[in-house]
Amino acid sequence: MIDSPILETRSLGKRFSIGIRFSAEGKRTVHAVDNVSLTVRRGETVGLVGESGCGKSTLARCLVRLYDISDGQLLFEGDDITSKSLSELRPLRRRLQMVFQDPSASLNPRRRVGDLVAEPLRIHGKLSSREITARVAELFDLVGLQPDHVMRYPHEFSGGQRQRVGIARAIALNPDLVVLDEPVSALDVSVQAQIVNLLADLQEKLNLTYIFIAHDLSVVRQVSTRIAVMYLGSIVEEGPAEEVFAAPAHPYSQALISAVPVVETTPNGMRKRIILTGDVPSPLNPPSGCRFHPRCPIAVERCRSERPELREYRPGRKVACHFPTT
Amino acid sequence: MILSVRDLKVSFRTNDGLVRAIDGVSFDLEESEILGVVGESGSGKTVSLLAVMGLITDPNAIIEGSIRYKDRELVGLPARELRRLRGNEIAMIFQDPMTALTPVYTIGWQIAEQIRAHRNISKAKAMERVEELLAEVNFPNPHEAMSRYPHQLSGGMRQRAVIAMALSCNPALLVADEPTTALDVTVQAGILDLVRKLRATHKSAVVFITHDMGVVSELADRVMVMYAGRVVERGTRTELFSDPRHPYTRALLGSIPPLTGEKPRRLPAIPGSPPSLLRLPQGCAFGPRCPVQYEPCVADKPDLRGGTHAAACYRVAQA
Ligand SMILES: Nc1ncnc2c1ncn2[C@@H]1O[C@H](COP(=O)(O)OP(=O)(O)OP(=O)(O)O)[C@@H](O)[C@H]1O
Ligand SMILES: Nc1ncnc2c1ncn2[C@@H]1O[C@H](COP(=O)(O)OP(=O)(O)O)[C@@H](O)[C@H]1O
Ligand code: SF4
Ligand code: SF4
Ligand SMILES: [Mg+2]
Ligand SMILES: [Mg+2]
Repeated sequence: MIDSPILETRSLGKRFSIGIRFSAEGKRTVHAVDNVSLTVRRGETVGLVGESGCGKSTLARCLVRLYDISDGQLLFEGDDITSKSLSELRPLRRRLQMVFQDPSASLNPRRRVGDLVAEPLRIHGKLSSREITARVAELFDLVGLQPDHVMRYPHEFSGGQRQRVGIARAIALNPDLVVLDEPVSALDVSVQAQIVNLLADLQEKLNLTYIFIAHDLSVVRQVSTRIAVMYLGSIVEEGPAEEVFAAPAHPYSQALISAVPVVETTPNGMRKRIILTGDVPSPLNPPSGCRFHPRCPIAVERCRSERPELREYRPGRKVACHFPTT
Repeated sequence: MILSVRDLKVSFRTNDGLVRAIDGVSFDLEESEILGVVGESGSGKTVSLLAVMGLITDPNAIIEGSIRYKDRELVGLPARELRRLRGNEIAMIFQDPMTALTPVYTIGWQIAEQIRAHRNISKAKAMERVEELLAEVNFPNPHEAMSRYPHQLSGGMRQRAVIAMALSCNPALLVADEPTTALDVTVQAGILDLVRKLRATHKSAVVFITHDMGVVSELADRVMVMYAGRVVERGTRTELFSDPRHPYTRALLGSIPPLTGEKPRRLPAIPGSPPSLLRLPQGCAFGPRCPVQYEPCVADKPDLRGGTHAAACYRVAQA
């Protein structure tokens, strides 16, 4: 069943209430993720991109149920898991894993890395300690760490090696889906490529499905089969990665992709750049109509009042704009 | 010549031994020229700049070499003199704009104070100038922005406020240490535009530090690539990007995934990771990761050789 969805969201939303309880304004609500409908098929890598604060991490955390979901539904293999309790989720946890940006923050500095990788096996698995040792050795080999590294502490590793430990932990229980939130952003440029390649190898070997977040758009393009562009909590464009990068349909995606600095080998080969005026608006007080209209270079009156829906304008390509470039 | 740095060396005495953070860096900078400094974290970008600015205060630091700013030697200059230069002619922007801002005052007040510290003008006149400066760095509503506190601004707006502050003294030299690293690419594009404008309208010379090859290739006139405290390659932008010579520069450029065209199945990655400055190899520091290392590389460190386009590598010297 190559094409069956492994994960699906239907109009998923996440609200946070913030603010001072006794203030005149009372509680205020941030709509961090708003009306997201996304289908993830087995074996693919969906890349999430968008400016800081647009809701990528919040969506990622909803997808693995690290956050409770405020609106809509979350389905895993067709099964509605939106409001399953922690104990009902337990068998699923193993199959849904997450890797975070800062490898050192997520690893206990006082534990040996061999222990850290064994931990999920102890908690979830039914393995004997001999089997656990063997599995840890196997995992170290898979992620490219030396067998004698098991006795080391996290601080004795470089950033890239620590991220390998984080990945070994995430794949320890043979998950089906791994959500990677900025897994290479904290790494040196020369080490990023190693981890990107490792993730690709593991995906092939272990038949993994990835949801991949990074602010480096060329890294996202490299690893993703499909990408979803987010703006202020919602998806504004979705489609095959290479197609969207080559011909973005939404004015925001166009600006975002054109802003990526690339190495030009010819002196006059500068690409045309769309510089957006204004800053990302606050999700506390989102603009009316199309959320992007205050910064959109082609906005017209209609955009101020009427919010465009995400619609499939061509098989596989979706856009939320009244006037997409198609 | 605005700035001329010769054989700059910075080491730190630590409990684990001597950290050779900068080991013989030399470069020149002309008026209205943008020098891009690229390198990975720990390669010595920040330390070399802090040394140039006289901002290394660590008592365990050992600084050697010569730093000439407009024919004045800065190494050994009294702290008070350096401080005057920094406010008047040399401006700095850092990755975190809050290093230059105080949370308790409005940005209008802070920029006005900066102006008044160096020029004898009335408060009202200074405020007028602040409004002009904020307009120059593209605040949509400069008058309103003056009364905002730093925490009421986004990261990109804060960085623009710091640039406005830097502009207020008409700097001959602007030193920028990863000023866009924490920002979105959309916001970064605007800041890079501002730096170009600053060079064009104020004739400022700029040293721009980044780890992003794309950023230097779009901004810099000349580029210096650093690895483990040394310059491994330098040249004009065209020389460096159309004819990279040092194996490290080549490998680094090769490991960046393309934004257009065909995707490689695997990225050409560089094995290993940057060396610890406490245990540098005796020979070329890139040797353990270098695909073309051979005998001469192990014995001694290669010197930077060549004209405007120079590389520190035995293989390149041979060719
Ligand atoms: N626990 C929380 N309480 C209140 N607001 C929150 C909370 N977590 C996130 N938000 C808000 O929700 C929005 C989305 O945040 P999120 O962290 O998902 O963004 P992101 O796209 O991951 O950004 P970045 O690229 O900076 O990591 C932001 O406006 C953020 O301030
Ligand atoms: N005060 C200090 N004491 C000891 N080592 C230091 C000190 N400051 C910087 N270093 C070391 O100097 C090296 C270069 O650092 P830095 O210039 O900050 O690198 P970059 O800016 O290129 O990331 C690093 O290895 C760093 O750990
Ligand atoms: S709907 Fe209007 S404002 Fe929104 S992106 Fe499209 S053209 Fe721009
Ligand atoms: S000097 Fe030798 S080890 Fe160093 S970069 Fe050149 S070939 Fe490689
Ligand atoms: Mg995030
Ligand atoms: Mg630095």
